[in-house]
Amino acid sequence: MATTAQEPKYNETVVKLFTLAAIFWGVVGFLVGTFIAFQLAFPELNLNEYFNFGRLRPVHTSAVIFAFGGCALLGTSFYVVQRTCRARLFGDPWLPMFVFIGYQIFILLAASGYVLGITQSREYAEPEWYTDLWLTLVWVAYLVVFMGTLIKRKEPHIYVANWFYLAFIVTIAMLHIVNNLSVPVSFFGTKSYSLFAGVQDALTQWWYGHNAVGFFLTAGFLGMMYYFVPKQIGKPVYSYRLSIIHFWALIFLYIWAGPHHLHYTALPDWAQTLGMVFSVMLWMPSWGGMINGIMTLSGAWDKLRTDPVLRFLIISLSFYGMSTFEGPLMSIKSVNALSHYTDWTIGHVHSGALGWVAFISFGAIYYLVPKLWKRERLYSLHLVNMHLWISTLGIVMYISAMWVSGIMQGLMWRAYNDYGFLTYSFAETVEQMHPYYVIRALAGVVFTSGALIMVYNVWRTLKGDLRKEAPIGAATAAKPVTA
Amino acid sequence: MYSLHKKTEKNAILLLVGTLIVVSIGGLVEIVPLFFIDSTIEKVSGMRPYTPLELAGRNIYVREGCYLCHSQMIRPFRDEVERYGHYSLAAESMYDHPFQWGSKRTGPDLARVGGRYSNEWHVAHLKHPQDVVPESVMPSYGFLSEKEIDGADISAHLKTLRMVGVPYTDDQIAHATEDFKAQGTADADTGNLLSRYAKVPTGDFDGQPDKLTEMDALIAYMQMLGTLVDFSVYEPQER
Ligand code: HEM
Ligand code: HEM
Repeated sequence: MATTAQEPKYNETVVKLFTLAAIFWGVVGFLVGTFIAFQLAFPELNLNEYFNFGRLRPVHTSAVIFAFGGCALLGTSFYVVQRTCRARLFGDPWLPMFVFIGYQIFILLAASGYVLGITQSREYAEPEWYTDLWLTLVWVAYLVVFMGTLIKRKEPHIYVANWFYLAFIVTIAMLHIVNNLSVPVSFFGTKSYSLFAGVQDALTQWWYGHNAVGFFLTAGFLGMMYYFVPKQIGKPVYSYRLSIIHFWALIFLYIWAGPHHLHYTALPDWAQTLGMVFSVMLWMPSWGGMINGIMTLSGAWDKLRTDPVLRFLIISLSFYGMSTFEGPLMSIKSVNALSHYTDWTIGHVHSGALGWVAFISFGAIYYLVPKLWKRERLYSLHLVNMHLWISTLGIVMYISAMWVSGIMQGLMWRAYNDYGFLTYSFAETVEQMHPYYVIRALAGVVFTSGALIMVYNVWRTLKGDLRKEAPIGAATAAKPVTA
Repeated sequence: MYSLHKKTEKNAILLLVGTLIVVSIGGLVEIVPLFFIDSTIEKVSGMRPYTPLELAGRNIYVREGCYLCHSQMIRPFRDEVERYGHYSLAAESMYDHPFQWGSKRTGPDLARVGGRYSNEWHVAHLKHPQDVVPESVMPSYGFLSEKEIDGADISAHLKTLRMVGVPYTDDQIAHATEDFKAQGTADADTGNLLSRYAKVPTGDFDGQPDKLTEMDALIAYMQMLGTLVDFSVYEPQER
């Protein structure tokens, strides 16, 4: 470690690897998502026991959340913590490399298990005990690298992005360990039985499940937001006080919200009520983050016209705002009575997952690639713009189809005719879903095409190519380039 | 307050510990009482652990991801009760490691599917759902009827479940494989099985009397779902 006043050299190898892995797993996850969407529209596509919907759906959810989202989070956290602490990663180079390789092994263990039917059936915690143990080891190493870097930092303050990353890392550790407590049937077999049963098991799982949303898909990505949004704009975060308040409020309130996944079930009413009240309160700190991000643009709104990478970041914050408004709404018991069990939930998931999680990751990837590979800029900003609008179209198609089908389904299930009988058989409601399932599958094709444009753009950037093109928004820019 | 926060911002350990405390509270307050408040699980009569064959069927249900499209949790609404039967009680999943309530109804709820259709209907439906429900989007599970099973290692499963709290008796564990075969074989002697477990559907489930397959196990499981609790003596309780 040099003692000169220069910036220390950072470990960028591991960040590069995670960035490439995020792109790869993203495409895999979107393709599987599109395929299972087609399976719901055309059941003949359930090819055989290994590629049935029931086994592929966890492949999709794990590939997009843990493989794509996870690699984006781990990679950016390593990038951000080094820059904001002005310190090289702790345990460099072997420990960060172990985290990378170990995490990829985790992904492969999990995905191969699902296809073979090895699952605990806990949503977002499907991997069996041996994979869970492995992930625990990798995660502890991750925590050690991250904390170690924070401790040896050369900046007096710990930057706000790191609070969020840290909260994400420790809380996921806690959730992962408790929710996966189980007893294996044998040391050489894959099957285990969960420690808890029935109602206690259900609440433990949704305490985990909701906070996988809260800490993996939200706190972690807010960490990303707090670094890349101000960087891309070139201004400090809008309000420092707001970040303090909404950080502590967010992490405190999120944990309570799990029972909104169990409204009107056999979970005792007092727990459901607590879950509902805290979920509604959660709306405020959630919007705190959105406001802090978007308002960072104040005084620099014109940048949106010329910078498609920034557009990704800002659109993602808008989707974040939308899904964290919709979520509290769906947590109100009378609304949930309609939405639960229907495609409305699926639409909500994907407005958060595609709009917020995927878009902020795309923004961060576009920011990182030229920096990491020392290129002047991306191969083409016009292609970034194309990706942006194509994928936005995909999201809008997806979520509007699911709103319509979800609400329709919920209303059909509870419809009565004049004689006091249920109007529709279950099968009739399934039939009505078909057109929306087709639209959703096409939305998947559209969204994935956008991602493939990103792959091409990144590949050309790595090759060192620069596309000759006019700057974005040149025609309307203040200083038109004239001869 | 902000000056207090300055300290936290400068000390990574403080930040870590503070975070851990703040994120622990909600879970402790909501989950821990569920283990201690008596009324959490209603007092009912009729609940029993799964028979070995039903347990094997349940594990197939988990393996194939049936829970991703089918709930097993009937909510107390008029339409749901009319469509599926009495709303689900916590007691009905007290032996479920893990629970199978589900969160999406791409297909109908299965909490009380037991006894609703014949075994033949289930076989036809699992082999090719669209033959019996043309609108269905369910995959076909014909391969289950080709997978033979013998329950050789099922007692290890019962033992593990006993470790996590399911009250299997020594007798039930010792005769697990025997009971496994007796339940799914046509014309078998089921006397011992029925003395160990109440209300057990028996016989050849999959229409192949010469073999015991995963199809037998899965249908045996489905045929008992939601049938155990005796609702004629059940009184709803405030919880
Ligand atoms: C204030 C914030 C939020 C609240 C209060 C909230 C609330 C809810 C509610 C009530 C449900 C439906 C539960 C059910 O009926 O089964 C739900 C489902 C879900 N939400 Fe959110 N949501 C929020 C934000 C988000 C965000 C930002 C994302 C994604 C990045 C997200 C991802 C999910 C997922 C994945 C599910 C489906 C869980 C499942 O059933 O498998 N949520 N949320
Ligand atoms: C090409 C884009 C995508 C398509 C076509 C797609 C499609 C699907 C489909 C068909 C399902 C099953 C819905 C059902 O069971 O009814 C699903 C579930 C899910 N997807 Fe996606 N998906 C895509 C991208 C993503 C991304 C980027 C994420 C997360 C970052 C994500 C997270 C999830 C989650 C959490 C679920 C489970 C929802 C629940 O249980 O309530 N998906 N997706």
